Amino acid sequence: MDKFTTLTGVAAPMPLVNIDTDMIIPKQFLKTIQRSGLGKNLFDEMRYNPDGSEIPDFVLNQPAYRQAQIIVAGDNFGCGSSREHAPWALLDFGIRCVISTSFADIFYNNCFKNGILPVVLPPEAVAALMEDARNGANARITVDLENQTVTGSDGRSHAFEVDPFKKHCLLNGLDDIGLTLEKVSAIDSYETHAAQSRPWV
Amino acid sequence: MTDAPTATPKTLYDKIWDAHVVDRSEDGTCLLYIDRHLVHEVTSPQAFEGLRMTGRKVRAPDRTIAVPDHNVPTTAGRDTHIENEESRIQVEALDTNARDFGIHYYPVSDIRQGIVHIVGPEQGWTLPGMTVVCGDSHTATHGAFGALAHGIGTSEVEHVLATQTLIQKKSKNMKVEITGKLRPGVTAKDITLSVIGATGTAGGTGHVIEYCGEAIRDLSMEGRMTVCNMAIEGGARAGLIAPDEKTFAYVMGRPHAPKGAAWEAALAWWKTLYTDEGAHFDKVVTLRGEDIAPVVTWGTSPEDVLPITGEVPAPESFTGGKVEAARRSLDYMGLTAGTKLTDIAIDAVFIGSCTNGRIEDLRAAAEILKGRRIAPGVRGMVVPGSGLVRAQAEDEGLAQIFIDAGFEWRLAGCSMCLAMNPDQLRPGERCAATSNRNFEGRQGRGGRTHLMSPAMAAAAAVTGRLTDVRTLMAAETATA
Ligand code: SF4
Repeated sequence: MDKFTTLTGVAAPMPLVNIDTDMIIPKQFLKTIQRSGLGKNLFDEMRYNPDGSEIPDFVLNQPAYRQAQIIVAGDNFGCGSSREHAPWALLDFGIRCVISTSFADIFYNNCFKNGILPVVLPPEAVAALMEDARNGANARITVDLENQTVTGSDGRSHAFEVDPFKKHCLLNGLDDIGLTLEKVSAIDSYETHAAQSRPWV
Repeated sequence: MTDAPTATPKTLYDKIWDAHVVDRSEDGTCLLYIDRHLVHEVTSPQAFEGLRMTGRKVRAPDRTIAVPDHNVPTTAGRDTHIENEESRIQVEALDTNARDFGIHYYPVSDIRQGIVHIVGPEQGWTLPGMTVVCGDSHTATHGAFGALAHGIGTSEVEHVLATQTLIQKKSKNMKVEITGKLRPGVTAKDITLSVIGATGTAGGTGHVIEYCGEAIRDLSMEGRMTVCNMAIEGGARAGLIAPDEKTFAYVMGRPHAPKGAAWEAALAWWKTLYTDEGAHFDKVVTLRGEDIAPVVTWGTSPEDVLPITGEVPAPESFTGGKVEAARRSLDYMGLTAGTKLTDIAIDAVFIGSCTNGRIEDLRAAAEILKGRRIAPGVRGMVVPGSGLVRAQAEDEGLAQIFIDAGFEWRLAGCSMCLAMNPDQLRPGERCAATSNRNFEGRQGRGGRTHLMSPAMAAAAAVTGRLTDVRTLMAAETATA
């Protein structure tokens, strides 16, 4: 997993609320057995006409946002299915950070496993950054994980909260499984204990 | 907090959580032991691949159960050939992974195959007080047994395969109480949709919901599974219902349920699985059972719920970002504000899914369809949740009722719940569906989904438009 420290980039505004994982990556693209290659189908049904041509109005099709690395979104981003294909598609497109007032739990967790930082900010801050994002490539947003701030193009900083463990893993690009396997003796002893206390399991 | 003295009253969630903590870090992050890991073909290939690449094994193959469901066609011949190449590759990958890693497996050729969330309880894999995970958000279904069950992503699937644990922070406790009795024609599906209508799709975010109250107690296990199934649509990490005599009766005798002395020991513990008097909930929502009507969704979010007696709302009646979302929904759904819901004509009816693909759901739909026919021009599809549900429905004569009414009687799978398989809506087609998601394109690109109970879907099939099932029930009583 790639580390995430600081990121300065163009942010795409997506003010819609409840952007769900079916919108992020429709199910016809879940049939892959790989993690890569989903970026071209990110937001597929909003991004392309049935004949495969681009829908010019869609934000990521506009020249200013083709290189976006950040999305500023409406409330409850990533709701719906647990598909990790959603963060895989975002990442493959080049998105490393999503900013919203709230995220669905599973999506939120999945982001961290893939080097994407989901940032929760209060409505006023998201509104301000959304305005910024509307200015396209002229407005760059800086996300600093170490200091837990998002700075808009006007220089105003917004502080955000993030779980210390998740932050640590993301800053260092650490793989969860490796970390957990260091605790294998604790798992062994739990299993021994459970075999007695809940033998039917 | 969880490490408070034992005298502190605990919620059901607290109790299950505490029984599964393997390790706790200073910041409260826990390593949680996973009792059952359910696996399907769509969210697992990359996880098994990860194991292969790192030379890791499945730590507890005995606790790992796999079944293909999302991609499989629901028509005959699928056990020898799946037409869509990518689907076939995914199903074959699961076959191979199940064999290579030695986990329990129900292939399409097995009568026990079906939707993973129906197969788990049916086979007795899901038991009270367990932790159950699956790379699928509707894992919440298993919470009906008083099991802590939730969906995980593919990286977490790999983590559970390799370590049989999950890194978790505890969620908050939320109580949803449904008091009193339900009125005739009102079902578990109406409860769960009404709760989401009341709290919104983010109302449960960061919480584990415990459903309680008389109306919940009165539900069968099937109904309770329907309620918990959609906890995720309310944003919750999981839904729970305390186990009781109905739960124990359902579990007893299932293939993987404990037997003999083990059963007695299990039962003794299961009976301690309830929320203690005075335990703290961070959020409480109460609905009166009597106030719940048969409902349908009108938009493209499960929170877009209204009683069937209502009208399509005006986007301006909402606030904030929802105004734009509602406008977009109505545009997508091809609806005009002010239209009576019962005036909306449908093209298709889908009865099935992990929300409503169990035997009781098929009985409820058949009850309405008995002696009636599907409206001209409407396509109806019944997809049992498992091969065993299908067989039972055939034994009970339900299959014949569906066939006589003009429905297609399909093999088990997810089918048109998400249309990853050949069962799909065409653009613009409108469907009365018993599944759980009405997102744009969920049932096929451009397809329009109205969520409802099996009885309501059956009623819609008969009249060809969204229908208050109570009008058909009244007619039944009148002619009886
Ligand atoms: S029936 Fe639908 S919701 Fe349930 S597991 Fe299958 S696709 Fe998911």
